[in-house]
Amino acid sequence: MSALLEARNLVKRFGGLVATNDLSLNVRSGECHALIGPNGAGKSTLIAQLAGELRSDAGTIRFDGADVGRLGMAARARRGLVRSFQITAVLPDFTVLENLALAVQARQGRHYGFWRRAADEPALRDPARRLMDEIGLGELAERKARELAHGEQRQLELAMALATEPKLLLLDEPMAGMGPEESRHMIALLQRLKGGVSILLVEHDMEAVFALADRVTVLVYGGAVASGAPDAIRADPAVIEAYLGTDEAEGA
Amino acid sequence: MAKLTRAKFTRERILILVGLALILAYPWGVAAVGQPFLIGLGARILVMGLAAASLDLIVGFGGMVSFGHAAFFGVGGYVVGILAFHAHDGTDLLGVIPGSNQALVAWPAAIVLGGLAALAIGALSLRTTGVHFIMITLAFAQMLFFLAVSLKTYGGDDGLSFRPRNLLPGLDTRNETSFYYVVAVLLVGFLILARRLLDARFGTALRGVRENERRLAALGIAPYGIKLAAFTLAGAVAGLAGALMANQARFVSPELLHWTKSGDLLIMVILGGLGTLYGSVLGAAVLIILETVLAAWTEHWMVVLGPVLVALILFARGGLWGVLAGTRRS
Repeated sequence: MSALLEARNLVKRFGGLVATNDLSLNVRSGECHALIGPNGAGKSTLIAQLAGELRSDAGTIRFDGADVGRLGMAARARRGLVRSFQITAVLPDFTVLENLALAVQARQGRHYGFWRRAADEPALRDPARRLMDEIGLGELAERKARELAHGEQRQLELAMALATEPKLLLLDEPMAGMGPEESRHMIALLQRLKGGVSILLVEHDMEAVFALADRVTVLVYGGAVASGAPDAIRADPAVIEAYLGTDEAEGA
Repeated sequence: MAKLTRAKFTRERILILVGLALILAYPWGVAAVGQPFLIGLGARILVMGLAAASLDLIVGFGGMVSFGHAAFFGVGGYVVGILAFHAHDGTDLLGVIPGSNQALVAWPAAIVLGGLAALAIGALSLRTTGVHFIMITLAFAQMLFFLAVSLKTYGGDDGLSFRPRNLLPGLDTRNETSFYYVVAVLLVGFLILARRLLDARFGTALRGVRENERRLAALGIAPYGIKLAAFTLAGAVAGLAGALMANQARFVSPELLHWTKSGDLLIMVILGGLGTLYGSVLGAAVLIILETVLAAWTEHWMVVLGPVLVALILFARGGLWGVLAGTRRS
């Protein structure tokens, strides 16, 4: 399997703080690669660098055979490198259907229609509806996103990223703030997606990580301290010391 | 829930029809009460309503608080004034462009130049957001204001009056009622176009930008292009409004571009209801009528107008249109 995303020697500094420290990472086509690490390890910074929201101070990012390091977030998204947000970023005054229809529109790339009602366009509505049913939000089509429960908003957040038909999803803590029930639901959903789309998953929920990931990279102080299969990572003494901590050691 | 939505929808529909009827019947009404000179006031309201509605496109729907919209209004006005000046003089503008007092020449020119000015100013201003955007649009508008002041050929500070109004084939624009209806048709035409545009792909993306710019970029929609297109369009329509205002008064002066004019437009939009489109016309009507009534009553009308506006804006959240139509913004 070839690498879909290949980041080499990435660096990001904020003043004196090195948030990403000479980090190299790749995601293979079709795999779910999890990124774990303690708070402040630079996971969200890395996602922002990969998505094109933050410019790297050094290093290269190749995606799908092309150098995307100089492209902005929108241009990378159009190539299929799409992120979701840790803090839910759905459009609050849009209905669920409108949120998804706009994401479909983003994929199609045609925004300069000035006359035909978007709501009457089957090319926007039909894929949006299909996705809504698939993700389990079908009942809520006409509800404003702001009226949804937190877990439903997280689902919509993910669905919007999916509507763009990405090649690689950068998921920044999709389970953030969810209860155990909602988390299980989300894990099941991601499991269904696996294989169809490549995923780089940042997540604190270890249960989710070990259930979903084909490979795990552990980030500490902006650098990768270990990378490998989930079982190998679980057993790696360096990882246990740096991150999984005494809890895991006691458990084992 | 669905029923409630439908009821609100109907209420807004009724309001639109009432507004349309008022606009159409106004000249007849003022003639019936024996005050035909009030037609000019009506035309002014519609023109300012057009300018305010174009501003609502970018402020209310696009979330870009521009404090320089009068610049494009003024550009449109000066295009008409300058072309009429050269038509009367028989001279050429910059030695090459002949003047014109034809509406079908001058008004499209006002639209194009208003749009180009907005394209240039927007291209630079839209690199900033928030307070910076407010200040930079204000600064550009002030630059154009001082440019107008410095145009000594065209009256400088004192402005430029011209006669007659721009000519339209088959219509006597000197007739106040005819001119009023020309303005009314253009306003209603714009409102229909704008409504369609806002519900189409472009408007959806524009409202998306207002809600969450970062999210749109993450989906692959570059917000800058969407915002600039809306800003340019609004500038073009403001240019047309300026052209109509110049014709209504047969006079242009730097006052058209003064920052207080930008402020008036913003007040109209907020008073009518941000992101309601039609509300801007209502806001223009209320502000201009209040001004006129209070000015007739006392010399210190501004002292009265201020608190009235503050009260209206505080108590009519969502604007007057929102209160009357029972809807909140878009």
